[in-house]
Amino acid sequence: MTALDTRPGVWRAVRGNRAGLAGLVILAVVVALALLAPVLTDPVALDVTRATGARLAPPNGRFWLGTDESGRSVLLLTWWGARISLLVGLAAAALSVVIGTVVGLVAGQFGGWVAAVLMRATDFFLVLPALVLAIALSTVLTRGLGTIVLAIGVTSWPTTARIVRAQTLTIRTRGYVDRAVALGGGHWHVISKHVLPAVLPLVLANTTLNVAGAIIAESTLSFLGLGDPTQVSWGSMLNAAWTNGAVTAGAWWYLLPPGIGIVVVVLAFTLCGRALEAVVLPTRRGGGRG
Amino acid sequence: MAVAEPLLEFRGTTVHFGPVAAVRGVDLTVRAGETLGVAGESGSGKSTLALSVLRLLPRTATVGGQVLLGGADVAGLSWGQLRAVRWAGTAIVFQGAMHALNPVRRIADQIAEPILLHGSDRDVDGRVHRLLDQVGVPARAARAYPHELSGGQRQRVMIAMALACDPDLVIADEPTTALDVMVQAQVLDLLAALVADRAAGLLLISHDLSVLAGTCQRLAVMYAGRIVEHGPARDVVDHPTHPYTQALAAAHPKIGDPASRLAPHGLPGDPPDPTDLLGLRCPFQPRCAAARPDCATADVTLRPAGEHRQAACVLVDRSLGAHR
Amino acid sequence: MSLLRADDVAIRYGPVRAVDGVTLDVAEGEIVALVGESGCGKTTLATTLLGLRRPDTGRVLFDGVPLPTGGRGLRRYRRQVQWVPQDPTGALNPRHTVYQAVAEGLRVHRIGGDEPTQVREALAHAGLRPADRYLAKLPGELSGGQRQRVVIAGALALSPRVLVADEPVASLDASVRGEILALLLRLRADLGLAAVVVTHDLGLAWHIADRVAVMYLGRIVELGPAADVLTAPRHPYTRALLSVVDGSRDRVVLPGEPPDAARVPGGCRFHPRCPALAGGTARAVAHRCRGVDPVPLTGAGVACHLREALTGSG
Repeated sequence: MTALDTRPGVWRAVRGNRAGLAGLVILAVVVALALLAPVLTDPVALDVTRATGARLAPPNGRFWLGTDESGRSVLLLTWWGARISLLVGLAAAALSVVIGTVVGLVAGQFGGWVAAVLMRATDFFLVLPALVLAIALSTVLTRGLGTIVLAIGVTSWPTTARIVRAQTLTIRTRGYVDRAVALGGGHWHVISKHVLPAVLPLVLANTTLNVAGAIIAESTLSFLGLGDPTQVSWGSMLNAAWTNGAVTAGAWWYLLPPGIGIVVVVLAFTLCGRALEAVVLPTRRGGGRG
Repeated sequence: MAVAEPLLEFRGTTVHFGPVAAVRGVDLTVRAGETLGVAGESGSGKSTLALSVLRLLPRTATVGGQVLLGGADVAGLSWGQLRAVRWAGTAIVFQGAMHALNPVRRIADQIAEPILLHGSDRDVDGRVHRLLDQVGVPARAARAYPHELSGGQRQRVMIAMALACDPDLVIADEPTTALDVMVQAQVLDLLAALVADRAAGLLLISHDLSVLAGTCQRLAVMYAGRIVEHGPARDVVDHPTHPYTQALAAAHPKIGDPASRLAPHGLPGDPPDPTDLLGLRCPFQPRCAAARPDCATADVTLRPAGEHRQAACVLVDRSLGAHR
Repeated sequence: MSLLRADDVAIRYGPVRAVDGVTLDVAEGEIVALVGESGCGKTTLATTLLGLRRPDTGRVLFDGVPLPTGGRGLRRYRRQVQWVPQDPTGALNPRHTVYQAVAEGLRVHRIGGDEPTQVREALAHAGLRPADRYLAKLPGELSGGQRQRVVIAGALALSPRVLVADEPVASLDASVRGEILALLLRLRADLGLAAVVVTHDLGLAWHIADRVAVMYLGRIVELGPAADVLTAPRHPYTRALLSVVDGSRDRVVLPGEPPDAARVPGGCRFHPRCPALAGGTARAVAHRCRGVDPVPLTGAGVACHLREALTGSG
């Protein structure tokens, strides 16, 4: 039969994919830590004026990952930075996926000049250097997390749009869509009852990969100094490390934790996303009998 | 009278995919110049049986019993011998053959492929053109691509490919499904004529009894991996004794027969899935309108059902006296 | 008064004359078989009868009234004329239960009333009893025949007056086909449901049709009561088809294949392959066969110059 997409099927298949499982576990840990940050630690220590450590001190008994240029614990910064990076990554991915899904659905369902216009817009945004556009947006709009989310979301939806459109076109060739139309169903009925349920699993897989990209994008923007100056994120830590001469001072403890954090989280999302994709797009075909 | 070795013989052939039995004991023979039809629907094992002849089954398949090609068990052939026999000794026209053509290669190249594979490269072009001529495809089709030909023409090309190496035996698995009635008749006539010309043997597999009746001398009906009826083709189709054969025959009524006018009959349920057959009983029993109590408890094997006829049904014993 | 009528309908796709002037009536409670080989236009005609495609010339009338053109009007029309597709497996969303599949039509048309009861009734009419046993099943858990019954139940839920079935049993195993055909007959008897059955299988027409229309290259070449057309065919094409299906020794296998609908032969469109013309039987009217297109049938009859000449009338 066609793709298995019932809940138990997805879970069972993901369980079987070890890489995906590893990614899921890592994500679970990171998200848990991020959420529990205010519970397990005292954010007061993030305040620059209340820092107690020595400037750029290497890892020692009191500060396990050393201190930054203001004397704050790098461990604390990394931990809290995770919240911002994850938040922005997820929000930006969500925005991108929503835009992409709507565009893809409309283009796939309606065809004609509507689709032509939408797809040309998609191509336009696809070709545009996303980072450059994000930078431009960030400098023009007020600095802040919202701006970053907007900048990333508005530049990374084209891939989702194309995937969703392709899947919509595929579903629309299915016999049961013809039947729905013959029964008298209109566009809304076909989209909501048949196309969307079939497209969502694909969107989910794509979202997960999107988040990975969004986190990298956020880190890049923050590293370039375009992030929110009042919030600590991994990208801003890298920026701070850079501008405060941590490299020349050999303060590896300031650069490595945020860097590794980014790599680990992005890797985890990617593994999950790939595993979901493998589940959602089965390539096996039912064999003949007799 | 010396009887020549049969081209193909199945002796108690079984095919298992792990615990699943696709073919459960088949005995059949095809001699040179003979046409044998095998009728069955999905799950009957007919295609599996065909593939077992040239060891074309997947690795997960275990073949039991014997499959003899020209007297030699295919299981015992070496790889080189097997390769030599494939196509040059026995050729298969596959189910959905029209889709088995490579869409990006020209027709002539595809027909030439088996010729070249089997070592002979003399006058390949000439042979390809002669083959196309024999199957009634215009010569200009040689330079065409598959999508430029009609369904009927593609099927003829598949037959040309099958005959390319002058095989002794041709196995055709549903060669006319998806073809129109008229084209179907053309293709079957062609197949029968070509096979007769070469005094080759033909094993024709189909779910359509009328197709088999018109082209084959003998007919075997398969159900759930076994043969349930066997005999002269016309006889079996006109006077079926096994309830399943009767149901298959009813699917193609004799037009003009008032008995079937506005009176379609079908069987409930579906042909059985090889994966869920258990127990010792006649596999047809759940769908049989004439089932007796003992049909559910004892397996049923082939038994005589008239002159040159056999059927795997207990009813045959009782009616043998009254049977024509 | 006919229930559903195609009035001199023509449908073209550029140079392809898929349907080239067809008039066909379907009466209340009548089963008409639309028979022909691939490319004859029978499926295109069926799609047009369903209102899924507008004819380029001519019109389709239901209860004497031309089909609506607007979305809402067409939607109301769809309740009256329902479609039974060839492949029941593809026609059912694999994620929807039987209940959802049957209720889909009711929901689309926002038909009030007790939905569960309507669904159960439809399933019962379609022969799936006890209906409760099937409600929660997914298509993958059903046999081929059962899936087709679910599709038919989905159509029945809207209480249509005509079913248009395109090869309704071609995807089913041979031994199962009779069941679905018997169902169509029973629906005719119980609910007075008319049907247009598109098929290439003449045996199917013998099994259930009241009237048979034989199509060739976009035209109906013979139309009449099924028993007559199938046992005493008059058009050379029908005769050839029947002789082949028979499997008898003296069958007429037509050479070649029907030509492209983009290049319909001049004169009688069948004349290049006509055995009567080739064999000399039609010598007297040969010039007409080659030069004059027979008038499209408007009712029972044969579109053949030879037949016309033999019977002395049109």
